Amino acid sequence: MGLKTRKNHCHSVALKVNEQMGTKIGYTFIQSNRAWLPKALVLWIMGMAFISMSIYRGMDEENKIRRKEVLGSMCDQRARMLQDQFNVTVNHVHALTILVSTFHYFKNPSALDQDTFAEYTTRTAFERPLLSGVAYAPRVVDAQREQFERQHGMTITTMKSEPSPIRDEYAPVMFYQEPMSHVKSLDMMSGEEDRENILRARATGKAVLTRPFRLLGSHHLGVVLTFPVYKSKLPPRSTVEERIKATAGYIGGPFDVESLVENLLGQLAGNQAILVNVYDMTNASDPLIMYGDQNQDGDMSLLHESELDFGDSFRKHKMICRYHQKASTPWTALTTAFFLFVIGLLVGYILYGAAIHIVKVEDDFHKMQELKVRAEAADVAKSQFLATVSHEIRTPMNGILGMLALLLDTDLSSTQRDYAQTAQICGKALIALINEVLDRAKIEARKLELEAVLFNLRAILDDVLSLFSEKSRNKGIELAVFVSDKVPEFVLGDPGRFRQIITNLVGNSVKFTERGHIFVKVHLAERTMVKTDAKDETLLNGGTEEGVCRSGTGQFNTLSGLEAADGRNSWDKFKHLIDAEGFQSNASIINMMASNGGSEDVTLMVCVEDTGIGIPLSAQERVFMPFMQADSSTSRHYGGTGIGLSISKCLVELMRGQISFVSRPQVGSTFSFTAVFGKCKEYVFEDIKQSKSEDLPPGFKGLKAVVVDEKPVRAAVTQYHLNRLGIMVKMSSSIKDASSTAKNGDKFQPDIILVEKDCWISGEDSGFNAQLLDWKPNGHVFKLPKLILLATNISKDECDKAKAGGFADTVIMKPLRASMIAACLQQVLSTENKRQAGRGVPNGSSFHQGLLRGKKILVVDDNGVNRMVAAGALKKFGATVECAASAKAALDKLQSPHCFDACFMDIQMPEMDGFEATRRIRQMESKANEQMMNGGSSVDGTAKRDELHLPILAMTADVIHATFDECLKCGMDGYVSKPFEEENLYRELAKFFKSKPLSGA
Amino acid sequence: MEVGQMQRRLLEYTKSLFMEGVLDNQFLQLQQLQDESNPDFVAEVVSLFFADSERLLNDLTRALDQPTIDFKMVDSHVHQLKGSSSSIGAERIKNACVAFRNFCEEQNIEGCMSCLQQVKQEYCLVKNKLETLFRMEQQIVAAGGSIPMMELSF
Repeated sequence: MGLKTRKNHCHSVALKVNEQMGTKIGYTFIQSNRAWLPKALVLWIMGMAFISMSIYRGMDEENKIRRKEVLGSMCDQRARMLQDQFNVTVNHVHALTILVSTFHYFKNPSALDQDTFAEYTTRTAFERPLLSGVAYAPRVVDAQREQFERQHGMTITTMKSEPSPIRDEYAPVMFYQEPMSHVKSLDMMSGEEDRENILRARATGKAVLTRPFRLLGSHHLGVVLTFPVYKSKLPPRSTVEERIKATAGYIGGPFDVESLVENLLGQLAGNQAILVNVYDMTNASDPLIMYGDQNQDGDMSLLHESELDFGDSFRKHKMICRYHQKASTPWTALTTAFFLFVIGLLVGYILYGAAIHIVKVEDDFHKMQELKVRAEAADVAKSQFLATVSHEIRTPMNGILGMLALLLDTDLSSTQRDYAQTAQICGKALIALINEVLDRAKIEARKLELEAVLFNLRAILDDVLSLFSEKSRNKGIELAVFVSDKVPEFVLGDPGRFRQIITNLVGNSVKFTERGHIFVKVHLAERTMVKTDAKDETLLNGGTEEGVCRSGTGQFNTLSGLEAADGRNSWDKFKHLIDAEGFQSNASIINMMASNGGSEDVTLMVCVEDTGIGIPLSAQERVFMPFMQADSSTSRHYGGTGIGLSISKCLVELMRGQISFVSRPQVGSTFSFTAVFGKCKEYVFEDIKQSKSEDLPPGFKGLKAVVVDEKPVRAAVTQYHLNRLGIMVKMSSSIKDASSTAKNGDKFQPDIILVEKDCWISGEDSGFNAQLLDWKPNGHVFKLPKLILLATNISKDECDKAKAGGFADTVIMKPLRASMIAACLQQVLSTENKRQAGRGVPNGSSFHQGLLRGKKILVVDDNGVNRMVAAGALKKFGATVECAASAKAALDKLQSPHCFDACFMDIQMPEMDGFEATRRIRQMESKANEQMMNGGSSVDGTAKRDELHLPILAMTADVIHATFDECLKCGMDGYVSKPFEEENLYRELAKFFKSKPLSGA
Repeated sequence: MEVGQMQRRLLEYTKSLFMEGVLDNQFLQLQQLQDESNPDFVAEVVSLFFADSERLLNDLTRALDQPTIDFKMVDSHVHQLKGSSSSIGAERIKNACVAFRNFCEEQNIEGCMSCLQQVKQEYCLVKNKLETLFRMEQQIVAAGGSIPMMELSF
């Protein structure tokens, strides 16, 4: 069965693991798209690059447009200015033509000669800054040539300064501005260019320009401006013929375009930045440069062309501007774009990094989760393994122990017997250890269930003390227990587990203590919690801080006088406790029980104080960890597995309490724990008090005793035990005090005087014996008080001396226990009542045999073998056994009236199980009871009893506590585990049948 | 053979049964129940156990031969066998039964079959051993000695 449940547990663990793995599927978005992360990063970077590029382009474009606009506006401005200036000059030349026509042709004789012309033109030169000079050439037809030559005394020459050949007409320069003297009498029509110009000028009547050429004087590029002069006023709409006919001559002048433009540009801002070229575009395919460098340097990529209108419709001029330097790299745009890209890159990288990190963390998380699950599973597996192995070891160990027991029953030599006994002891120790491990495993598997039964706490503490009394006596350690009166006599809880904790703690203390004392104290936790002030807390585990040492002599007010680790346990506090509670009679317990009956729980505080080697500070935090000891040498010195404390801690926690400790190396340790117990109800209490109460004999009630002890704590312990026996106690610190009170005719006439060995030894020198003798006659009327010596350990010599010194009566060896004191007192007082002689649990086969004698028992089991064994076992106890192979058969047999005294019921049966059968039996009984109530005592044999109630005990191999609860629920009275063990069976049966024969007898 | 020697042999044999785990404490308990008023108690119980077990084993074999196996029935048979074997202290049968029931729960046919074989083996073993034991006891009784088993109680 055990195996089966373990298996189930296995399943559940596996299930849990699966569940936890299942949660892993909940991936986040990032996790599920992790493969896309690098691609997303690349995409992002590309996107950022594209955006940066477009921003750069946009900014660059804007720059270019602005540059172009600037160029355009600058170019237009220059063109306009040039044109304006040109026009002004042209106008002025026009004015000159009018001057010539007016003064030369309309006046007769001419009012103009060379000097006048020269003077006038020179003085008005500022009006024509662009013209390096002007000259006038009259139109001379060939017929008039000679006349003209004669008249003006010059010869018409060609450009090459040769006398002109005969032509249709000539245009010799007649008047000229001073600097132009070299053109005098040159026939302007002799040059092809000039001739065309002249012809065009007179045909259009407007200013015309030649194509650009190098000027004679300055070698600058220039053009020649020609204007016709008419003899008569022309009508506004004159024809070409009319104009040609009316033409009298021509005024012309060279334009120094280069210096003109140079001057012009010099006046304007920004002329460094741009290059200006002026072209004559008359022949579009072959532009002639008028200004500017022929070499195409500068920024060729950006041009701006502006039309120039110099008033000559035949010739087209154009100004072309370029930037001097190529557009500078657009740094702003570049850096803006670059930084944007870098920022984008960084952001992308950060996001990518974050995502990668998230993925990694999540991966780690999942990994950890998995590991955690596995670790937990491993832990469970470990516990299971421990449980299994322990279980498996137990079985062969039982065999070994059984065999050893058999061996010890045979005839053995003393050496053999010794070996065998040692082996048996070791085996038992091993079993105990395995049980501990099993406990631990059970606790870890949360399978440990605490019982809830009424038990006597004080008796258990006495038991534990008696366990260690031998050891403590050998070591000379004072071992004592004190239970506060406020603690109820019976509490509801698990006595076995409580005992286990106490045993463990005391066992540890005994193990680690070589001198001094071990003191177990139990009181109500609420009380001490209030009393514990903050000042004390600071002392805890604090180390060497003083304040514990209260008496000047270096003695401490503890049980043995040695310093204890926990200052709170000092006498001051202890006295406080006792004072607060008062040492009244035992009756107060009952009162208190009554008054506190309301609340259901009681929290007890248990302290185990020792003056041992203490726990090293470094090891203190590991104390409650399983398999941990202070250090490895500890286990070498003292043995043990280090599992006990961890079990104790678990058990305490199961009891809804806490365990803690205060320890100072070389001073001692104090372990304290709280535990919550149920209080028993008042009405139950009385019952139990009768049936189950301590085995303390009541014969000492009303006796009076004096305890002579200089140590108040120790005295209080003695007093506690005596009070439990109902003895009234007076304390005195020395024998002198005690005897003096007695002498003073105090009403308190002690029947017993208990003297601590220390007091006796110290008092011996100061005439102790005499004092005692003094005392003795004082008790004249009554019997003399009995003298009892209390000692932890006593040598033979001392014993003899004590006997000689008046302690003839007895010596009580510590540790004190109420029952032991009772036994001693009984011996001393030789009380007549000897009733307690045989009150122990009856043992032995003879008793077993009688237990069920005459009882008729029904065994219900579907398994024949089981039935037979059960029957056999019950017969052994003297019962008459009947069997039923099924629940149905059992029900038939149990139809009332029946004569069975008890029924053993298998639980797992086909058709109808034990629970159901029991329920039916109870139904039948209640029906019968009703009938009986109604119809009076008609059924013979059962009439005496109040009610029909057949004790039904379950038989099952299932030892889980829950099954037991189930049994009780359906009306069963008890529970026997299968297969039967004699002791076990007896114990259960005794519950039902023990009291009856005794009370009946 | 001398009676004392026979008694020693019986004891040794018994011990070996315990060491091999064929029997456990429960068998001792059983022997304790045997006394003058009930001198053949152990033998009776054991022979009942044999009869019972053989019946159960047959039932089990049959049940597992069926095309559709009624695991509930198999389980109840095994439960019976486990109960009776633990009652007489036949520990190895009991342990085999525990494994058997686990397979039953899982409805693992192969596991059940192999367990059945194992149980049968264990049963044969126990039967042989116990029969030898009883034979030895009978020999001792026949030789006029007493069975030293009574000393086993502890």
